[in-house]
Amino acid sequence: MSYSVGGRSIFSGLNLSIPRGRITALMGPSGTGKTTLLRLMTGQLKPTSGQILFDGIDVSALKTRELYALRRRMGMLFQNGALLTDMDVFENVAFPLREHTDLPEPLIRNIVLTKLQAVGLRGAARLMPSELSGGMNRRVALARTMATDPEVLIYDEPFTGLDPISMGMIVRLVRHMNNALGITSIVVSHDVKELSELSDTSYIIAGGKVAASGELKDLKGHQSDIVNQFVNGLPDGPVPFHYPAADYYQQLLGTEA
Amino acid sequence: MRSTRTVELSTGLFVLLGFAALFFMVTQITNRELSVNGGSYEVTAMFENIGSLRPGAAVSMAGVTVGRVDTITFDQNVYKAVVKMRIASNYNRIPNDSDAAIMTSGLLGGQYVGITAGGSEEYLKSGDRIELVQDALVLENLINQLVASFMGRRDEQNDSGAETSDDNQSGEGAQSKTEEAKQ
Amino acid sequence: MKLLREVTGNAGDFAATVGGVTLFLGRILGQTPRALLRPSLIIEQVHNTGALSLVIIMTCGLFVGAVLGLQGYNLLLRFGSEDALGTAAALALIRELGPVVTALLFSGRAGTALASEIGLMRATDQLTAMEMMAVDPIRRVVAPRFIGGVIAMPLLTLIFIAIGIFGVQVVGVQMFGVDSANFWSQMRSSVALDDIAEGAIKGVVFGFACSLIAVYEGYTAVPTAEGVGRATTRTVVISAVLTLMLDYMLTAVML
Repeated sequence: MSYSVGGRSIFSGLNLSIPRGRITALMGPSGTGKTTLLRLMTGQLKPTSGQILFDGIDVSALKTRELYALRRRMGMLFQNGALLTDMDVFENVAFPLREHTDLPEPLIRNIVLTKLQAVGLRGAARLMPSELSGGMNRRVALARTMATDPEVLIYDEPFTGLDPISMGMIVRLVRHMNNALGITSIVVSHDVKELSELSDTSYIIAGGKVAASGELKDLKGHQSDIVNQFVNGLPDGPVPFHYPAADYYQQLLGTEA
Repeated sequence: MRSTRTVELSTGLFVLLGFAALFFMVTQITNRELSVNGGSYEVTAMFENIGSLRPGAAVSMAGVTVGRVDTITFDQNVYKAVVKMRIASNYNRIPNDSDAAIMTSGLLGGQYVGITAGGSEEYLKSGDRIELVQDALVLENLINQLVASFMGRRDEQNDSGAETSDDNQSGEGAQSKTEEAKQ
Repeated sequence: MKLLREVTGNAGDFAATVGGVTLFLGRILGQTPRALLRPSLIIEQVHNTGALSLVIIMTCGLFVGAVLGLQGYNLLLRFGSEDALGTAAALALIRELGPVVTALLFSGRAGTALASEIGLMRATDQLTAMEMMAVDPIRRVVAPRFIGGVIAMPLLTLIFIAIGIFGVQVVGVQMFGVDSANFWSQMRSSVALDDIAEGAIKGVVFGFACSLIAVYEGYTAVPTAEGVGRATTRTVVISAVLTLMLDYMLTAVML
C-alpha cells in the first residue's frame, strides 16, 4: 500500500496485518504519519495505490454508504476524546445509539449506564465534557465507542497528556476490553513503556515503511539504527538532534542569518 | 443538557413574535380596508396619461375607497393606458356615465382614481368602460403650459399666434422625452 | 471588487471558493430531507440563531427606527410634509433597512456563533468522531443549523421592521407631535402588500446566504485556534459584502 500527498510520498510499499482479537501497537517517531495511517484504515483517506482490507473488504473501494455501514463495526478513540461539547456525558454515550437505533428509552438508559460503569464514570453521567479532566474525557469517549459494540477499536495516542494515574486506568481499560470482549485493538502511540506491557505485537513505522515488527521487548536490541534509537529513546541517531543547517562556525563567523 | 422545555418555549415565543410582526404589518400598515376577494366587479377606463398611478392604488368616490386599481396595461392600437379597477360589489349603483379622474392625495401623496357620479339611471356593471376620463396632471406639463401662456401673451404683442402654438407643441414633445428618460 | 480580491486572494481562489460553496450547498440540500425528520434538532437551532438574537435585533430595530424618525422628520419638515414621515420611514424599513441591517446583525451574532461552533467541532475532532460513528456531520450538524438560520432570519427581519416602525412612531408622533392619524393613514395608503413581500423575500434570501456562508466557513475552517478565528472573521466580511450585493440585485429586480 502506498500513499502520497501532493507528490510527497508518505508511505511507500507499506505492508502490515493486524491479527484478530489481539492488541497491536503502531509506533514510530513523530511525523511518520501514524495518524495518516489510521485515517487510511478507516477510509477517511484513500491510498494512491494498493489495498486496505478489513475482514476481506477493501476499505478504499467502498461507496460512502457502504463505508458508513463498515464503520459501525469499528470504533475509534481520539487523542482528546472528541466528545460532543453541547451534550452531557450521558447523552454523549447515548449518541450513537440514538443515531443508529430506535431502541426504547429505558433500554438506552441501561446500555449507557452499563458502559459508564465499565469505565468507572457512572457517577459523572450528568456532567458536561468541559467539566471533565483529560483522563475522564477519554474514558467517556471509550464508553461511547463501546456503546455500539464494535469489533475493532482504534486508539489514537490514548496516553498523551495524561498523568500516570489516568494513564494506568486507560491501560487497564484497553487490556480489559481486549480480554473480556475479544475486541481487536489497534493502539497508535509512542509511549514505549506503556505499550511494552500492553501490546501483543508491534509495528515500528519509519521512513514510510515498516521498520520492524514483533513483540516489543524483542525489539530493544534490533539491528536497525532507527528502531534502536526509537525503542531505547536515544537523543541522537538516524533522526538527528540537529535540524539540517549550515556549518555552525561558518554561520557564527559569517554575516548572513 | 439544557432543558428541552426552555428551548421549545423560547423558540415558540420567537416564532410567534415573528408572525405577530407579520400580522401587524399586513393588517395595520398596508391598506386592506377593501378586500378584493370579498366580491367585486371589474370596470376599465382608458387614459392618455396615468402619471404615477400604480396597481393597488385606491379607487374612491367622495373620498371613500370603493375599490382598487387591479392592472395597468398599454393599448398599442389607441396609444392609451388601460386601467382595470375592481370595485366592491356592495357599491353597485354607480351611474354608467360617471367620470374617472386621476388625482393626487397631498403634495407628496400617491395617486388614486377618483370617480364622480354622473346622472344616468343605468349603473356600471362588470366589464363596463368608463368613457369620461380626466388624465393625471403632470406637474412639468402644468408649469410648461403656464410658462407658455406667459410667453404666448408676450409673443402676441409682437408676433403671430400660429408660431406660439408651434413652440408649445415642440416644448411638450421635449418634455415627454425627458420624462421617458427619467423612468 | 478590490475588497473581494482582498477577501479571497485572487480570481482563481474566488472561483474555487464559489465552486466549493455550491458543492457544499448541494450536500446540505441532499441531506435536508433526512434532517427534517428530526425537527427537535432544527428547533434547537432556531432557538440558537433566532431566539438568542432577539434582544440585539429588537434593540437595534428600535434605535434604527428612532434615528429614521429624527432624520426623516427634519428632512420632511423642510418640505412641509412631515405627515409623510410614516410612509417614508415604513417604506425605508420594510424594503431596505429591515432586511439589510437584520442580515448584518445576524451574521455578526448568529453567523459567527455558527462558524466558530462548527469550526471548534472540527478542531476538536468532533466532526471526525461523528464520521467514525457512521453519522454524517452534514446531516447531523450542518443541515439543522443551516435550516434553522433560513427559518430564523425572515422572522427576525419582520420583528426588526415592526419594532423599527414603533421607534419611528415614538420619535415622530410622541416627541415631535406628528399627527398620529395622518402618520398611520398615510402609511397605510402607500405601503402595499408587495412592499412587505419584497422585505420578506430579501429576508429569506439573506438568511439563506448568511447561514450558508457561516456553516461553510465553519466546516472548512483550518482546525486550529487561529483557523477558527479566521473563519469567523471571514464569515462576517463575506456575509456583509454578499448581503449588500444581493440587496442591489434583488432591489433592481423587484423595484
